[in-house]
Amino acid sequence: MMSVGLVIPQQAHFSAPLVLKSGALLPSFDLVYETYGTLNAAKSNAILVCHALSGHHHVAGYYADQNDSIGWWDNIIGPGRPLDTDRFFIVGVNNLGGCHGSTGPASINPATGKHWGADFPVVTVEDWVTTQARLADALGIDVWAAVIGGSLGGMQALQWTLSFPERVRHSLVIAAAAKLSAENIAFNEIARQAILSDPDFHGGNYYAHDVRPLNGLRLARMLGHITYLSDDQMAEKFGRRQRPGAGSYSFEVEFEIESYLRYQGDKFAGLFDANTYLRMTRALDYFDPALAYDGQLAAALAPAQASFLVIAFSTDWRFAPFRSREIVHALVHNGQSVAYAESNCAHGHDSFLMDDAYYHAVVAAYLQRITL
Amino acid sequence: MQTVERADFDLIASWVKPNERVLDLGCGDGSLLKRLIEERGAFGYGIEREEAGVLAAIAQGINVIQGDLEQGLAGFDDGTFNHVVLSRTLQTVRHTERLLTEMLRVGREAVVSFPNFAYWKNRVAVMNGRMPVSEDLPYEWFDTPNLRFFTLLDFEALCAKMQLVIRERQVLDEAGQLVVAGPNFLGSLAVYRLGR
Repeated sequence: MMSVGLVIPQQAHFSAPLVLKSGALLPSFDLVYETYGTLNAAKSNAILVCHALSGHHHVAGYYADQNDSIGWWDNIIGPGRPLDTDRFFIVGVNNLGGCHGSTGPASINPATGKHWGADFPVVTVEDWVTTQARLADALGIDVWAAVIGGSLGGMQALQWTLSFPERVRHSLVIAAAAKLSAENIAFNEIARQAILSDPDFHGGNYYAHDVRPLNGLRLARMLGHITYLSDDQMAEKFGRRQRPGAGSYSFEVEFEIESYLRYQGDKFAGLFDANTYLRMTRALDYFDPALAYDGQLAAALAPAQASFLVIAFSTDWRFAPFRSREIVHALVHNGQSVAYAESNCAHGHDSFLMDDAYYHAVVAAYLQRITL
Repeated sequence: MQTVERADFDLIASWVKPNERVLDLGCGDGSLLKRLIEERGAFGYGIEREEAGVLAAIAQGINVIQGDLEQGLAGFDDGTFNHVVLSRTLQTVRHTERLLTEMLRVGREAVVSFPNFAYWKNRVAVMNGRMPVSEDLPYEWFDTPNLRFFTLLDFEALCAKMQLVIRERQVLDEAGQLVVAGPNFLGSLAVYRLGR
């Protein structure tokens, strides 16, 4: 089993105006994306990978000019890997509102010649699916063999089957939920408050001030990171281990877990855009396909024509297995095809990114069944 | 995990009609469901606890849902299925009554098969001072997944106590042949259709 190797991102420009779910209008937009494998003549072997909160289009492989540039889900994509590039044509895309090349708050607003900043609209999971469908059109893909994603990406994989039932044959919804719980939204709100209350935020127009709300973004990530791990795993990885010089009765970094969180926060804040973080968490909050159906998830999922594979992780408390089973039971209620697997991978919510043998075997076995 | 064709599958398959919805509890690699789908035109789901079973079922294209029967069937709506099947698994379940109740909540009919502990060869084994090991009770006492050892009469007494209606009973010997006379003595495996 190998990596897909060297990859090059591509860019697509969409000049037709886009009306978002909020009612806001984008006159045009760009999406950056990557592809791995070869689209077959029948164009029947395409898989769309949807990214989560902090992800992007660089899903697999690496860049020629950058060290440490391996894609965020490289372990599952490649020749002989579960998303087998010898069989499938894989597409990864940076979502609208992102900060890795697709049009987002840090892009230049053609109407003003300045950064969009606070004026960039709030985007939703539905909006992402709409824009991904435009990319599919541009690539000549009428029907995805599968749409797959973890966490917020799983929500997109689910939404695809509702927005475009006839364009998705299989939907792989991993470590996700059909809507956030109050606790989930609460965590997102604290993350947003950390950013919004940073003096360098400037109402979202910090680009013009040549600063970035690094502290707020850092705090947001530190908080988020805790919720992506499991208690057991943190105990095992860090426990109460202390740094040299600990016990000085100060508020310096004394415990390893503090050092780890600060490192993760710093790393993330250096790479990510705070305005994008605000919008990604809002998209999570708003996602609730059952809302228009009196809260009846089964009614909301009834239009889907896809077969589903739902996967959860027993150590994931941010999107616990029972949230995935809600999706499964709604599909069973409707008599729709669904398989459900629950892995014991120890890494909490982040398990969906891990090379867990059972989890990967389930994905591989499911995708091997897909006829092309 | 079930890997070989089972004698009770023939009977169960004969009870399932096209387009009926089936839930197979402890479905293993999904062999029974595959057969019901391919031969009977049924539509179904399986529940399986073990990873190896779930993987094998997914590889066969079965709608398998990983879960533990001891947790009941919470989340499945009342009357969702025409048949809820429990093939050679009841003897491994701790919460016997709850599971039977749950089966007839989510399904209109429960199909239950189990090894008959009163089968004459089992009686002979116990008479000779040893726990039985046979085609339908293939485990040594120290490695058996079976928690409950019961007979046709025991099971029917429980059905009476729970006010479950026995719609049909078929009994098989070790070779998978139907037993008509003296089923609690000559039958190795019993298959029941239950209703409310």
